[in-house]
Amino acid sequence: MHTIDPAPVRKSVTVRAPAERAFDVFVNGMGSWWIKGHSLTESGQKTVVVEAVAGGRWYEIGNAGEEREWGHVIACDRPNRILFAWQLNADFDFDPAFRTEVEVLFEAKGANETTVVLEHRQLANYGAKAEELRGVLDSENGWGGLLASYVAKVA
Amino acid sequence: MAYEDRLFAALADPTRRAIFEHIAGRRQSVAELARTMPVSQPAISQHLKVLKEARLVRHVPSGARRIYSIDPEGLGPLRAWLDRFWSEQLAAFKGVVETADES
Repeated sequence: MHTIDPAPVRKSVTVRAPAERAFDVFVNGMGSWWIKGHSLTESGQKTVVVEAVAGGRWYEIGNAGEEREWGHVIACDRPNRILFAWQLNADFDFDPAFRTEVEVLFEAKGANETTVVLEHRQLANYGAKAEELRGVLDSENGWGGLLASYVAKVA
Repeated sequence: MAYEDRLFAALADPTRRAIFEHIAGRRQSVAELARTMPVSQPAISQHLKVLKEARLVRHVPSGARRIYSIDPEGLGPLRAWLDRFWSEQLAAFKGVVETADES
């Protein structure tokens, strides 16, 4: 067993929308699409707020009005790019001393088509001496790949 | 069992995987898990024991309760979880942006 530097998680999706709208829905409308179950609030997620300027806050508002920080905006260049500091540690607690980066790029492919590329990086900051688990780290689909390796192992 | 085998075995069970995902979404106690999942509390405790041995979760005491969270020492699974997490988020985003008003 030896220590590895975990590769960033990199995802992309192509949407039928101009870059400006893709950017605005992603950033200003994050509360409209963020999966509600991924929430830190006690009362359930009402919405998510991104202050789209460098140094802006990134936080969640619960149904009871409580706010939970997730991180902040490091850089913002509408409609091309936004860079977040994701500051939830492995306990999913906001920790101002902890930081990973989430970069989102909006690449116009046509008048009504945009590719959104998301990279979650600096995962080594989670501080783990990660085990080398090829089946996990090479996985493109999370558990799918994990279980495929499991099946391959036990076959 | 080698660590890797223990890890795969821990996640091969769909109920255990669901419990792990619940904890990955939000750290919580056994009682909280039992409230949101169709699994009895003793069964959840058994599953948590396996997840803990596979270094997938850990717990910290909070008064009389134990609060379970992801074990950062098991970063491989954490990364795999993040991988899936962002896939799901982008799929949800695509659904909304493509039905958003043109106005």
